[in-house]
Amino acid sequence: MGTGHAHALFLHEHSKIHYLAPEAKLAAGFLFVVAAAITPREAVWAFLLYLAALIALIRIAKLRFSFLAARLTVIIPFILFAVFLPFVSSGERIEVLGIGISLEGAWAAWNVFAKASIGASVSIVLAATTELPDLIRGMERLRVPAVMTAIAGFMIRYLELIADELGRMRVAMTARGYDPRWIWQAKPIAASAGAMFIRSYERGERVYDAMLSRGYQGSMPDLGHKRASHSDWRTAITLPLLGIIISVVALRIS
Amino acid sequence: MTPALRVSDLSYSYPDGYAALSGVDLKIETGQRVALLGPNGAGKTTLALQLNGVKEPDSGTVTGGNLALAEATIGEIRRRVGLVFQDANDQLFMPTVGEDVAFGPANLDLKGDELHARVAEALLAVGATELEHRAPHHLSGGERRRVAIAGVLAMRPDMLVLDEPSSGLDPAGRRELISLLQGLPITQIVITHDLPLALELCDRTIIMDAGQLVAEGLTAEILQDSELLHQHRLELPFGFDPSVIHSKP
Repeated sequence: MGTGHAHALFLHEHSKIHYLAPEAKLAAGFLFVVAAAITPREAVWAFLLYLAALIALIRIAKLRFSFLAARLTVIIPFILFAVFLPFVSSGERIEVLGIGISLEGAWAAWNVFAKASIGASVSIVLAATTELPDLIRGMERLRVPAVMTAIAGFMIRYLELIADELGRMRVAMTARGYDPRWIWQAKPIAASAGAMFIRSYERGERVYDAMLSRGYQGSMPDLGHKRASHSDWRTAITLPLLGIIISVVALRIS
Repeated sequence: MTPALRVSDLSYSYPDGYAALSGVDLKIETGQRVALLGPNGAGKTTLALQLNGVKEPDSGTVTGGNLALAEATIGEIRRRVGLVFQDANDQLFMPTVGEDVAFGPANLDLKGDELHARVAEALLAVGATELEHRAPHHLSGGERRRVAIAGVLAMRPDMLVLDEPSSGLDPAGRRELISLLQGLPITQIVITHDLPLALELCDRTIIMDAGQLVAEGLTAEILQDSELLHQHRLELPFGFDPSVIHSKP
């Protein structure tokens, strides 16, 4: 579904991964990340295998590695946190380049780095190959409560609209000479956030009225979209299956 | 013949006590297009929300065709009386145009091919077939308005209530809208500040002020009564003379 326009994280392509049903992709991605997360951190070979699986996945999805790398920058704050661990942790110490670091801390840092990268990479591939409405639909099929998927759906639909409104308020402030640089100039921003809240609340009421007037009875109607076929599930299951095998072997060995 | 819509002695106050409607009586004949004019805050939108039971009146009744609005009939009344909201963004809440148009009929328990046929029919009626897979946010104002109308038409209503349909449209978009509404063989109430549009579309006009109906008559006559228009904060565009234009050939 959905041609022409898409969200910022989506990359229009025709790949096997793009065409998989969203619920199969979501479930597969989630299981793979769980498998990676429970893998013991000392099993470095397992993480190399995960990396290989991810590279294969990216190739099949016809995504560029540079695209993925650019998106991966979101995990930098977590990595920064992890970088300090070897220096501040206690326990057995080893010497690297003349600097004493904690072995326990180094493993902890590696653990954060490896698992965060895998989790983020899978999410990025998922977002790049699935349009937002499909993701929401996938969640619905996976029995995520309807209230949550409805809220997520409305948030996506109205986020841009609210951002536009916020932008216009900002322009209106600038047009009348407001140029905030310091924290004590923040009052108008706080006031505009309040105004924004009221406006969004009122819009919410109007949207609800519009829903009622087209026969809404408390739950979103079934619009009969195509569901995941057996072959979708078979294809999608490959990745988590691999992950689970690797993770089980790693757990056994340790 | 039963009128398409009948409203008797309808009153409504907002929770803060402000009386938005007091004792409104209204009768719309089947097949008619009626303009509802009035200044800001006259209660036009509030009245529209009463007509298919989105807001519940304090007193009075609404009857759509032969069916009085009540708890048991509200679903059917909502199908019969289609509301097109003032801000199309309020009405287009689904991720794609096709899903939005499907929302109403799906609530009527249409499924599968039948549902899809209904969506296609409604989009075709407003000339928006090619917009089916687009996101509402990326449409132009005119396209958004037409799609919003499609979302209501998909429920195959007996009448349309349009709240300021021409507001925010450019002249070409306004023209397309007028042609579209002229071509729809269905009863319509058009709430508007656009007096030339009222003259072009509607034989009959009702003026509302301070929650009451204050005047009713042929559009061509009402628009020539400058005293009446002035009393209710209405004004014809500069240079516009309704007497030289006939609303219908």
